[in-house]
Amino acid sequence: MSSIKIRAKNSNGVTTVKSLMSHEMETGLRKDKTTGDPIPAHFIQEVTAKWNDQVVMTALWSGGVSKNPYLSFKFNGGEPGDTIEISWVDNKGETESGTAEIK
Amino acid sequence: MIDAKRRVLLKGSLGAGAVGVAVSAGLLTPTLVLAEWPEAAFKATDQDTALKDLLGSDSTETSDKVKIKAPDIAENGAVVPVTVEGDVEGAKSISIIAAGNGTPLIASFELGDTAIPFVSTRIKMAKTSDVIAVVQTDSGLLSAAKPVKVTIGGCGG
Repeated sequence: MSSIKIRAKNSNGVTTVKSLMSHEMETGLRKDKTTGDPIPAHFIQEVTAKWNDQVVMTALWSGGVSKNPYLSFKFNGGEPGDTIEISWVDNKGETESGTAEIK
Repeated sequence: MIDAKRRVLLKGSLGAGAVGVAVSAGLLTPTLVLAEWPEAAFKATDQDTALKDLLGSDSTETSDKVKIKAPDIAENGAVVPVTVEGDVEGAKSISIIAAGNGTPLIASFELGDTAIPFVSTRIKMAKTSDVIAVVQTDSGLLSAAKPVKVTIGGCGG
């Protein structure tokens, strides 16, 4: 089960996508309170959003994006039943992706 | 050796995340995957350097066609909702900057052909400062700024 929640709705030819991703988004600046050691940076660097295999948006992120990132965007096009896919890559090379149908 | 990589890539493409499969199989190092991430821009400590590295220019023109929606006062600097809309033809990307952060460039959204210049996300702000949005078009960079007061800083420092 993907850790990416997606809601996509088409209205008057415009599809609005709202998504919520689970991720620590550690900046690398915080220190562990008990040991004092820095907590290593671990954050999503790139998010790709596709509509039926066509890339509609690419997001480049730093640790400055909040934990459990929320992302919403819009594009012209999309019919109910079309697929929206959102995938991300983080600074450790880990990846995740999720899909949803446009309503 | 090369055939092994191709086989994993081809097999992986049948499932989700071809690149992910290759990375976890240890055949592709993360540096290949993340070749496009503009490290210098995100590590820059001032916004002009960040913009220059990311977009090739730091010369922005303030425009009321770039609209920023963000709270006047953010109770929690770790989660500040920001929405940027550009009433602009041919917008290629939208970038968000938190002027008071140690590394001000927060995010950049590259808009595909059908994308509408609208993005909404949540960012971390270290302290009270302007949130700046830069919309990149063929004819230049348009920007707007909105001051946001932060009561508790968001970078954990």
